[in-house]
Amino acid sequence: MQVSSFALRTTVAAAALLGALGASAQVKIAYVDPLSGGGASVGEHGLKHLQFMVETINAKGGVLGGQKLEAVAYDNKGSPQESLVQVQKAIDAGVRFITQGNGSGAAIAISEFISKYNERNPGKEVLYFNYAAVDPALTNEKCSYWHFRWDANADIKMAALTNFMRDQKAIKKVYIIGQDYSFGHAVKKAANEMLKAKRPDIQIVGDELHPLLKITDFAPYIAKIKASGADSVITGNWGNDIALLLKAAADAGLAVNWFTYYAGGAGAPTAIKQTGLDHRVYQISEWHTNVPAPDMEAFADAFLKKYGGNGHQGWWYLRMKNQMEMFANALNTAKSSEPKKVAAALADMKYKNSIGAEVFMRPSDHSLFQDMYISSFGSGTKYDEEGTGWGWKTTTVVKAVDTVIPTTCKMTAPS
Amino acid sequence: MLELITFSTLNGLLYGLLLFLLASGLTLIFSMMGVLNFAHASFYMLGAYFGYQISLAVGYWPGLVLAPVLVGIVGALVERYGLRMVHKHGHVAELLFTFGLAFIIEELVQMVWGKVPVDYRVPQLLNFSAFTLFSTTYPAFRMFMLGMSVAVFIALLLLLTRTRVGLIIRAALTHPHMVGALGHNVPLVFMMVFGVGCGLAALAGVIAGPALVTQPAMAALLGPILFVVVVVGGLGSLPGAFIASLLIGLIQTFAVALNVSVADMLGHVGITLTRDSIGGDLWTATIAQVAPIIPYLLLVLVLIFRPKGLMGDRDT
Repeated sequence: MQVSSFALRTTVAAAALLGALGASAQVKIAYVDPLSGGGASVGEHGLKHLQFMVETINAKGGVLGGQKLEAVAYDNKGSPQESLVQVQKAIDAGVRFITQGNGSGAAIAISEFISKYNERNPGKEVLYFNYAAVDPALTNEKCSYWHFRWDANADIKMAALTNFMRDQKAIKKVYIIGQDYSFGHAVKKAANEMLKAKRPDIQIVGDELHPLLKITDFAPYIAKIKASGADSVITGNWGNDIALLLKAAADAGLAVNWFTYYAGGAGAPTAIKQTGLDHRVYQISEWHTNVPAPDMEAFADAFLKKYGGNGHQGWWYLRMKNQMEMFANALNTAKSSEPKKVAAALADMKYKNSIGAEVFMRPSDHSLFQDMYISSFGSGTKYDEEGTGWGWKTTTVVKAVDTVIPTTCKMTAPS
Repeated sequence: MLELITFSTLNGLLYGLLLFLLASGLTLIFSMMGVLNFAHASFYMLGAYFGYQISLAVGYWPGLVLAPVLVGIVGALVERYGLRMVHKHGHVAELLFTFGLAFIIEELVQMVWGKVPVDYRVPQLLNFSAFTLFSTTYPAFRMFMLGMSVAVFIALLLLLTRTRVGLIIRAALTHPHMVGALGHNVPLVFMMVFGVGCGLAALAGVIAGPALVTQPAMAALLGPILFVVVVVGGLGSLPGAFIASLLIGLIQTFAVALNVSVADMLGHVGITLTRDSIGGDLWTATIAQVAPIIPYLLLVLVLIFRPKGLMGDRDT
């Protein structure tokens, strides 16, 4: 006890000294996502989002009355095991806030790791901000008090997609293809159950899982989809797995409707343009560049100019913006960067985001509810993606309150 | 069904021929020098990256020639100043040398070109559909890949069977010591074979790079399967490597198309198995799902039942 209070006093003294020397205090957030391998393209894209958010918040004066945010990147190579090594590294470097999004396998591993870590290290808690991993388990049976998610889970997205498909009478034969890991299994299960309930007349002509982020040539799978006679494909693929799947479809001239989670991810819009399928590739997301909202449009434009690069890859994750703004709010409300206090401030936060919509964190499972957009990719839009001339156009909006589904989460808040 | 078979065959042949471009060099090096070159696929990756870099400056076609030549020179230098030095410490040292080399090349590639895939484009000249069959199109670039691979196979076969160089190489394959005793410069032959082998791998890289994603993981994704080809085909046998490459290419592509699982097959004889039965996913996983490991199953079986491989004449 004595030691720790001594340590505390020296830390405070050191911080005061640093402050006196002019170095401002920092709140660090570690980005643990694939920066190599098949997930690298989306991982890098996400990192640019985080960096831009950190810059934006710092430019407006930072948090907690003048402290700066700092993003630190760690490459988890898309693997759950490597994620834990990297999270430990971040914690050892003094980081108390972790964010990750690409891959529910890694997300579940991190969430469990942090829960255990916090149990063993009271007073040194670490928070985990999940901006994109949507396996429903994360906010149900495997939920954790220390985990917050800013994206709608896979079941919510599939419910919205299948509601939309219910009214598309032309759909007769559906092929489901996904990645062979927890999230892919979740999508497959939801798609099968919901289609059966909503459109029993639809025939599921294929139900396929392939290795995660390992395939470089999807031609054999496309040949199979083609042979099945499917008129529509449902996929939760992300990263290279969606971009290359669409590329192979373009090569083979496969003309079907695509119902996807992540066709807006880095590299995929270019591939869609190659397929020539005008407004036949759908994605479900919390936002896209053509949602009318002047502030957000200006923001996305600034991002594209600064970080778009040769691929003209623009802003995609509104959820990263929501996450970082709500994080900054929570820091300011809690008047502390103590993770436990930040968690308490976040747990039931309501927030009006940059497209002017109300979003809210549900305290019982720490998942954020927000309006969801089903959009199609094609010609005739105000903003395009990746310099293709095609962009996203809203087909349907599902209001936040209509996305609320029950949770089985029983989390224990720390005393 | 016919459509699926046609395109699976085409895709399988293509993948198989690509494997052959790599395996041909590997099997020659392996049988001649006794070195299982773990870095062989890394030269394939170097080929793709060199080709990409050259394509940025002067276009795709010069890269098709220049990149393999450059990588071949790099390979020859690696043999001359690396492997040959390590050679005196025995095969294990050589093996570990190539093992380390593979990691070094991967790291270097990441440093120079970054971790994210590079945008290696199909040349404009070949960016169209070659033909349409059953309403499925087939890209011209893939036809080009097929053609190039076949051409290299024929050229290699002629070189080995019709020229004096080929004679010495073939002799060195089966009786390396005797060739040395007859006064041939065996180290020079080794260096040449290593260089040409690496050059062939690089050629595979240049023709596969635009179609199959040029990224730092490409060597690691393809490397292990090459050993399967070499073992299944038989040590030092070029025809063996050819047949094994096509076999594995076709098996992997057709396996993807099959949705049959053990549970389905046993279902026909009245035995019901689900995921909850003992063994779990073992019964319900479809052949398509286990496609990536089928070649390794083949590797294990060949080593047990026919260690010489399909056409080899020495034990692996």
